[in-house]
Amino acid sequence: MTVHKPASSVGIKLKGIEQRYKVRNSEVLALTGVNLDIGAGEFLVLLGPSGCGKTTLLRIIAGLLRPTSGSVEVGGQQLWSGDQRNDAVMQELGVVFQDANLFPWMTIEDNIALPLKLRGVPKAQRRKRAAELCALVGIAGFEKRWPRELSGGMRQRAAIARALSRDPHILLMDEPFGALDAMTRDQMNLELQRIWMESGCTVILVTHSIREAVFLADRVLLLSPRPGRMDTLRTIDIARPRTIYAQSTPEFQTHEIELRQRLDTFA
Amino acid sequence: MSRSASWLITPLLLAGIVLVWEAYVRAFNVSSFILPPPLEVWRATVVLMQDPRTYWHIWITLLETVAGFAIAVVVGIVFGGLLGKIQTLERTLNPLIVGLQVMPKVALIPLFIVWFGFGVTSKIVLAAVIAFFPIMTNTILGIKSVERGHREVMQALNAGRWATFVNVELPNSMPFILTGMEVGIVLATIGAIVGEYLGGNQGLGYMAVATLNAFDVKSMFGVILLLTILGLVLYFLVVMLRRFVTPWHESVASGR
Repeated sequence: MTVHKPASSVGIKLKGIEQRYKVRNSEVLALTGVNLDIGAGEFLVLLGPSGCGKTTLLRIIAGLLRPTSGSVEVGGQQLWSGDQRNDAVMQELGVVFQDANLFPWMTIEDNIALPLKLRGVPKAQRRKRAAELCALVGIAGFEKRWPRELSGGMRQRAAIARALSRDPHILLMDEPFGALDAMTRDQMNLELQRIWMESGCTVILVTHSIREAVFLADRVLLLSPRPGRMDTLRTIDIARPRTIYAQSTPEFQTHEIELRQRLDTFA
Repeated sequence: MSRSASWLITPLLLAGIVLVWEAYVRAFNVSSFILPPPLEVWRATVVLMQDPRTYWHIWITLLETVAGFAIAVVVGIVFGGLLGKIQTLERTLNPLIVGLQVMPKVALIPLFIVWFGFGVTSKIVLAAVIAFFPIMTNTILGIKSVERGHREVMQALNAGRWATFVNVELPNSMPFILTGMEVGIVLATIGAIVGEYLGGNQGLGYMAVATLNAFDVKSMFGVILLLTILGLVLYFLVVMLRRFVTPWHESVASGR
């Protein structure tokens, strides 16, 4: 039960990202001045008050939203050329949303293997890969179930498996555990750390939980309230693999408190 | 209410209606030409069932209904799919389609008979035209009600229009389409019968008219009984489709 380790991870370069929305006749500046190099294999967490544009930034990197200006470069290739998305870049990305967004008419197995189906991978191979991924995310034995038969945590695990199924170099996650209870969430954080370490992919995760951010991140990018700007970029150098008990070390708490103090100045 | 209770209550309710019918006919001494008592209707039905010609008429009505319904399902899903996917097409064609629906189709029957003859074809066309609309509108509704999150998953996977239609929009529409089909099969049955009423010399609708013209009211009630059973069987067949087509859906899971 291994994730097919990508031959080489891929970094991301964000240059001068700016996003404006038209609301009736006025324009709203949602995000501005984002310049950032995300290293190959890095775990970056986007943190900030609600409405700061962290989800917007993630959606821009996922190719779901074209930035008003600026560029996204993945592994040396531009995500957008004109208003055309670069298919090769899109293949590198796996996205996990706030809701699991599983398709209720597909079994867990078919949901997980959908990205492979779209690529034309034969059924037997898809089934095998789905079984591997179920084992990886801890839902082995549920391959033939309908999504409605699974708990919220298990559905989110399946969504992660789906995002991983075509071996993306980059995993983008938008508050993936926001709807889960605290205990399930702690466990999912541990699992995610393990999956990330096994797969070696680059992860960008959006959260509004400071604890989750410090626990998971190599670096935390704190965004200021609207318009979202890069406020603080903080390196979290706690040794891996981190355990739940790492959260009670003074080192961890210092990171957490200092980030909280910075967030409090926004309020 | 528990399942066993409803199994018991439905026949009781039916028995109650028959009793009230019997009591009414006796109490007010109603003429058999106006409303025959239930027992007479039953006897007439048994006589009808022993006549091989009855089965021929049943077969004709069944054929018209099912053929008309099948056409309505195919055309309804294709049009619904196109109109649901292509906004401009919906805007331009919708007034036309609604206009066609508002038009009383019964008034068109003489025209259909002129166009398609007294045989089964004119009835099939009528059944199809009436059953088409709910299937089409429900298909449109199903395609438009795809959740935003589901669309975004497909966008993030860089899926094309056809892949999105086959994997997401069509399955998402199935519960809606099936609801349209449940309405559609009832309408198709009505369409076939009304068509037979007004033209031709075969089918249960024709039988109803023929028996009435012969003042054989109890047989006419027997024909209506047969028609009701035919309609019920067809309806429940469509309802049962749900279990096979959308086993994933809540309406099946909750034992609807």
